[in-house]
Amino acid sequence: MSRELISYLLRRFAQFLLVIFIAVSVNFVIPRMLPGDPVATALARLQTAGTGQTMDIQAVSDAYRARYGLDQPLWNQYLNYWADLFRLDLGVSFANFPQPVSAMIAAALPWSVGLLSTATLISFFIGSYLGGRLAWPGSGRGIRMLVPGMMVLSAIPYYLLAILLVYIFAVYLRWLPPAGGVSTTRIMRADWATFVDIVRHAILPIMSIVLGGIGFWALGMRSQMVSVLGEDYITFAEAKGLSPGRVFFWYGIRNAFLPQITALALNLGAVVSGAVLVEVIFNYPGLGSLLYVAIRGQDYFVIQGVVLVLILTLAVMLFIVDLIYPLLDPRIRR
Amino acid sequence: MSAPILDVQALDVVYDTPAGPARAVNKVSFSLKPGERLGLIGESGSGKTTMGTALMRLTRAPGRIAGGRVLLDGTDLLTLSPRALRATRLRDIALVPQGAMSALNPVMRLRRQMEDAILAHEPRRKKAEIDARIAELLTRVGLKPEVADRYPHELSGGMKQRAVMAIATSLSPKVIVADEPTSALDVVVQRQVMQTLGRLQEGLGAAVVLIGHDMGLIAQFADTVGVMYAGRLVEIGPVAAMIGAPRHPYTRLLIDSLPGIDVKRRLTGIPGLPPPLVKLPTGCPFAPRCPLAYDRCRSELPLPQETAPGHSVACHLYPENAELPPMPAPKEEAAP
Repeated sequence: MSRELISYLLRRFAQFLLVIFIAVSVNFVIPRMLPGDPVATALARLQTAGTGQTMDIQAVSDAYRARYGLDQPLWNQYLNYWADLFRLDLGVSFANFPQPVSAMIAAALPWSVGLLSTATLISFFIGSYLGGRLAWPGSGRGIRMLVPGMMVLSAIPYYLLAILLVYIFAVYLRWLPPAGGVSTTRIMRADWATFVDIVRHAILPIMSIVLGGIGFWALGMRSQMVSVLGEDYITFAEAKGLSPGRVFFWYGIRNAFLPQITALALNLGAVVSGAVLVEVIFNYPGLGSLLYVAIRGQDYFVIQGVVLVLILTLAVMLFIVDLIYPLLDPRIRR
Repeated sequence: MSAPILDVQALDVVYDTPAGPARAVNKVSFSLKPGERLGLIGESGSGKTTMGTALMRLTRAPGRIAGGRVLLDGTDLLTLSPRALRATRLRDIALVPQGAMSALNPVMRLRRQMEDAILAHEPRRKKAEIDARIAELLTRVGLKPEVADRYPHELSGGMKQRAVMAIATSLSPKVIVADEPTSALDVVVQRQVMQTLGRLQEGLGAAVVLIGHDMGLIAQFADTVGVMYAGRLVEIGPVAAMIGAPRHPYTRLLIDSLPGIDVKRRLTGIPGLPPPLVKLPTGCPFAPRCPLAYDRCRSELPLPQETAPGHSVACHLYPENAELPPMPAPKEEAAP
């Protein structure tokens, strides 16, 4: 490792920490700037659930505020918030009292990570490969005919595609389950049958994300590849007598891929938010569904926790992209 | 006289444009003996680069090779199967591309780019053998062997150009096509690069086609000089005759337009512009700009004819004249 590379990595890591610090702080500030009062809302809920017994609203409210530390000055609240975060304490859900938010997120996170990473990687790599082939003069006409289809698919939002897929494969053909992460009757064990069950449930959500995203990646890659193929080093590679496959992958795709990775980093946010809707449609037990339910139930701590995890995940993924980039493009190591 | 190593016969390259085919290389014929240095010169758009790429059948759409033959040691490159063509490239005929500054893949270390060239032709070579060869090739062009482990952006322009020459000569080709190898380099580096190319050529005994627009550079390097105009090879001959007693009016004007260092004089250009390649005039393509043109030049295309051994010219002034008649001074172009 050169000194240049090390200093690059250190700077990226510092940026990563800064991003996390800002994100966490914003996540603290925003809910406190919202109109309305979570304690009042919670009390209102208690009252409507009304057990008939009268209570001293003021006393209960004060008790709540003291319980959640809301009676302290904002600065103290902020420090407590950080302290809680380091103990992985994200508070307690209102709707599912007294389940801790961290436990709910821990249960949902693996589902989302599995679904999203698989779907994103598939659509990114297949889309990029197809885009490369689209620009390659040696490709057959069959590949070129894919373009209009992919344009249409990339123009349809994830969730509409999802509804369409559910109708075709789950309702009409009955090949795949329409919703859920796993059969409701299955007892989760680390065995083959459970794995197959999970995969069968994941196919439709993954397909809707892949089909919706593949056109985007393919079209981006095509334009990159067209400009790369005009470069002198492609001509020189051909003049060296290299096989078309080698020129395509190591001189074409290899170079056209770099801006794609930047695009991936920039689009991770959109990928995540699109996936929230897909999870809701498929009733998938991931973070998206959790967030959706929490918003509907005004479950503040859950919302805050999920958003925080989403932001952190994005920051981590961006950091990983930053780490990969200098390996792929030596010109970046500075 | 030995058999030609490269024999180009009536080569035609056209670019298909919406306005019709643009004939960028038009019935060009020449041949090259082993070890011969041919310099091809012409202004921008005269078809010299197009021809250089066509010699290796690297022409890309919208360009296409429309006819002719490129015989390399007796084999027509234009009819070879793609596989046989790939085997020929670099091993028998190598390219030093225009803008060698950008001829290297920016994200691959030089070593890998040299390695894959050798492995494409000699797949069974061992790693150690290849490393030894790479070190030797780099030393031969005046680079340190350690340069192999650098990325192109870590090299200077002259170093990149040398590295490209090292790759081009890695399999000792019989013909090297060097397309403006010194463009974008400063004059000092230009000179070094040309000397390196000359040394390589002598060491390998390869024939070289040097394409360029710098008459001075080409005259120093080449044995034979060809002049291209509007896709045609209008004159080709030994360098001394071409400089001392050119036959074609265009060659004469081209040489006269060079600035001299001893005599200070007003720079003269050649008034007018080359004809559009889509709509070539009937007759000689240079006739509209030629101070010696007469009626026949505007109606009938002059064909190349040999005026002296190894010196041929496409001009109606011959064979009636023994040499180029004196030319009226070109009219100064009206200031725009």
